[in-house]
Amino acid sequence: MEQFAPVRRSKDGQPVRYLIVDDSVFARKNLARMVETFGGQVAGEAGDGLNAITEYDRLHPDIVLMDITMPQMEGIEAAEKIVQQHPDARIVMVSSVGYQENIVAALQRGARHFVQKPVKAEVLYEVIKYVLGDEESAAHAAGAGAGV
Amino acid sequence: MKMELIQPFINAADAVLAQGLQCPMTVQNLAMEQEAYRRKGVAALVWLSGEIEGRIIFDLEPKTAVRVASKFAGCELPESDNLVREAVCELANQITGNAVARLNDQGFHFRVHPPVLHTSEHGSQSTEDTEALELCFDTTSGNVFMNIALRYNVARAAASGE
Repeated sequence: MEQFAPVRRSKDGQPVRYLIVDDSVFARKNLARMVETFGGQVAGEAGDGLNAITEYDRLHPDIVLMDITMPQMEGIEAAEKIVQQHPDARIVMVSSVGYQENIVAALQRGARHFVQKPVKAEVLYEVIKYVLGDEESAAHAAGAGAGV
Repeated sequence: MKMELIQPFINAADAVLAQGLQCPMTVQNLAMEQEAYRRKGVAALVWLSGEIEGRIIFDLEPKTAVRVASKFAGCELPESDNLVREAVCELANQITGNAVARLNDQGFHFRVHPPVLHTSEHGSQSTEDTEALELCFDTTSGNVFMNIALRYNVARAAASGE
């Protein structure tokens, strides 16, 4: 697998902690393998949207990788509920069902980005850097605004 | 069954298999299934509902399933490993999801259900309104069979057009 420069949390330089949500054990293992090559740490896994909400509350991960089509509760609904409770949650939807309506719905309900399956490691890596960087830019902008 | 429904599945299978297996593939057979479906090995079934409804079965002979799963996993998996069956389900999910995304962007509205392992030896026979089409994709890891039985749901399409 390709080598990637480790992505760290800007606040403390620690590995980025991920919550991986997918009903497929195989997909979860593949994503876990990828984020580990990015220097990340799998904080937890969930097999459906309901468990994802519980696990988010328990673990407070830095990033959630969330599938859409799942039993019990689908990913978009779970993302919305997590963001309602935790507005700073960084959720990246990872799904094969990447049609425009779905992508727009996910982003409107609080997801930060969308990655189409099958996942290319280099694409996911860039998206993660972007989503983490986005947060930093926002913080810097807020800081700059406060200083004016 | 109209080709406009089938083509996105062929394109999606081509893209997903080529990326996962890192090899070119060809469509070997494309035939209407005359008899009831018979499972060949490790099979995953995906239901669709909405303006288009029906089911798609992905079926791989056991040794092919192991080779394909190992390629997708990036490590050798034993035949007994549950991950082999999981990999076939995920492959079905990715191919169907990509096809559905293309069809949805063309204006068809329907929903994909999570894949399930298809364990029964036989499946239902084609009917007058739901014909089954069987395709065989030839890859360097072996043959991947896709059995598609879809139909337009006229009532749902009319309701959503109101």
